[in-house]
Amino acid sequence: MSAREHDNAAARTQFFAKLKVALKDGPPAAARRGNVELRLQSPPSHPLPERVNKSRDQLRQQFRSYLEGQSATIIEVAGAAEVPSAIAAWLRENNLPHAVRNGDDAWLAALPWTTDPTLQRDAGPAQADDVVSLSHAIAAVSETGTLVLASGTDNPVTLNFVPENHIIVVEEGDLVGPYEAVWTRLRTRFGKGHMPRTVNFISGPSRTADIGGTLVTGAHGPRRLCVIFVRG
Amino acid sequence: MNSSAHNFKANAKVALADAQLQSALGKLKGGLVANRAKARDALPEFEALRDVAKDIKNHTIANLDLYLEAYEKNARAAGANVHFAETAADAREIILQICRAANAKIVTKGKSMVSEEIGLNDYLEAAGGLEVVETDLGEYLVQIRRETPSHIIAPAIHLTQDQVEADFRRLHTHLPADRVLVEPAQLVNEARQILRQKFMTADVGITGANFLVAETGSSIIVTNEGNGDLTQSLAKTHIVIASIEKLVPTLEDLSTILRLLARSATGQECSTYMTLSTGARRVNDLDGPANYHVVILDNGRTDLIGSEFQDVLRCIRCGACMNHCPVYGAIGGHAYGWVYPGPIGSVLTPALIGVKEAGNLPNASTFCGKCADVCPMKIPLPDLMRHWREAEFAAGDLPRVYRTGLMTWAYFARHPRLYHAVAKVGIPLLSLFNRRGRFAHLPFAGSWTRHRDMPAPQGRTFQQLWAEQQAGVQS
Repeated sequence: MSAREHDNAAARTQFFAKLKVALKDGPPAAARRGNVELRLQSPPSHPLPERVNKSRDQLRQQFRSYLEGQSATIIEVAGAAEVPSAIAAWLRENNLPHAVRNGDDAWLAALPWTTDPTLQRDAGPAQADDVVSLSHAIAAVSETGTLVLASGTDNPVTLNFVPENHIIVVEEGDLVGPYEAVWTRLRTRFGKGHMPRTVNFISGPSRTADIGGTLVTGAHGPRRLCVIFVRG
Repeated sequence: MNSSAHNFKANAKVALADAQLQSALGKLKGGLVANRAKARDALPEFEALRDVAKDIKNHTIANLDLYLEAYEKNARAAGANVHFAETAADAREIILQICRAANAKIVTKGKSMVSEEIGLNDYLEAAGGLEVVETDLGEYLVQIRRETPSHIIAPAIHLTQDQVEADFRRLHTHLPADRVLVEPAQLVNEARQILRQKFMTADVGITGANFLVAETGSSIIVTNEGNGDLTQSLAKTHIVIASIEKLVPTLEDLSTILRLLARSATGQECSTYMTLSTGARRVNDLDGPANYHVVILDNGRTDLIGSEFQDVLRCIRCGACMNHCPVYGAIGGHAYGWVYPGPIGSVLTPALIGVKEAGNLPNASTFCGKCADVCPMKIPLPDLMRHWREAEFAAGDLPRVYRTGLMTWAYFARHPRLYHAVAKVGIPLLSLFNRRGRFAHLPFAGSWTRHRDMPAPQGRTFQQLWAEQQAGVQS
């Protein structure tokens, strides 16, 4: 092991030395460093698409219309209290077992689950035979109809990919226009330059067109994606 | 990966005569081109963003040493092991050692063109005795045929549905022989069941990276199938193989380029999954990889910095250039003989494996310029191909007949008066033999007229017509 560590240190030195030689025609590193550090500390913004400059209501409509175009189902509910019954109804509609796997997300846990006593909730990361998983997104992005999930004990990453059916709950307060608003939220929530292990941007069920160019949903990840959008 | 790029002409001939390939290519290309146009039109800022994206990558490459340092520092702080590989052999060895340390038997892989470039699968199988399973459906279809990808984002674009069915029946012999495999969905489902077992039992998951973000030390993958995510979330060890030019400074830089990537590639508004991975699983996490390694590969790219080929380092591997290329559309990807086909391959391949081996590729262009028109990163691909043609000429690698022809033409081109004098005599002379407006046979141009007619001159030279028109404009 120590031999390999040593090799990597030598390789690293060599790697950077070669880069410096290749960059020799430009300004020296010392002269460039300030600029680079400034960019990393205060990332400059780039032009945003016009489509994110809309009213809250239009952003919500746009989010919905992109997501539906990407083969997802979206159900709007008037408030958090309606989430458990909306989930139960969707499971019934699709002939799915009344059992979901979820993490220890506090917001999800606080929902009034007792209104639907037949709905079974199991905690933990996804198991091979789980059929339905439930996650709580940190953001809904209107720009492309995209949900953003941050991994952790509250929302384990495997829930997003292992079960055939994935339900994602997102609150209207977390609806944003562009991707850039997600970066701002991540920096606020986890600290500048810090990230959870995995941040997933999800824009529909899994799909492929690798066989004869025909679009098929349910390639490796979920066959169905149901988004519950909580108004208010 | 072994190259057959030197054999390009013979490869192309075989491809043109391959009815199955022609049927697959004919069916698929129209869709990708039309979808891209639609997605571009739906984003009015698309063209302006190309300039921004170009500037981002130019800035990154001009400061690659500093951004790489920052990336490394932030990735390590989040628990990543960062390895530096100058050559393909270094990268293969580093990855094999990581697999050995993990006591790996089964390795799953997300799609990675860099792993093709370094010939990773063969090495892990031969030197490491590992079972390596490609999990992107297209890559799996190619792997079970022991072929290589023929397109950088649609690796099995050369295969028809019937071929896939035949392969599945040949290989998946544990399944009932009379099962129905008529619909693409049935084939996808069969692959899903088989690969699911591999995801669940893999010890190591290897992915590529579409981007590395210096600000956060993250690696990014973009997929539609979710296979990369299963690969990197279920195995105990996640290895990322990424070449140096994948770096971008910040998350804002990432999202700007992302707006171009999916639209240019498949014509989607965005890919289904975009994943940022930073470090190994956190202390309390219940899933995710316990070990996270990133192997940073150079493999000749640093040599391009400061050269006339530097622009090629902006490439984000969307595949738009090959989707729009008349040459790629006629012969598919395998004829190019190495990892990267199409216009980007014609520029990158000579840079990575030498112009002596791959000199045919930059010549395999009509210079129609469509590739540069659609490249989201505004890489001047035809210009770069022309540089390679010059380099090939300068290196003296061309056959004598080509050299003589080029030198003769160059002599006249450098002596305009002589050129005009010869043209003034030659063109009317040729038009004397003009009967149907074209020539079916021409001496010294047999390899042209064998496949198509040569338009016959109409009596006067372009220069004469131009001079007359200019005189007309001024009067």
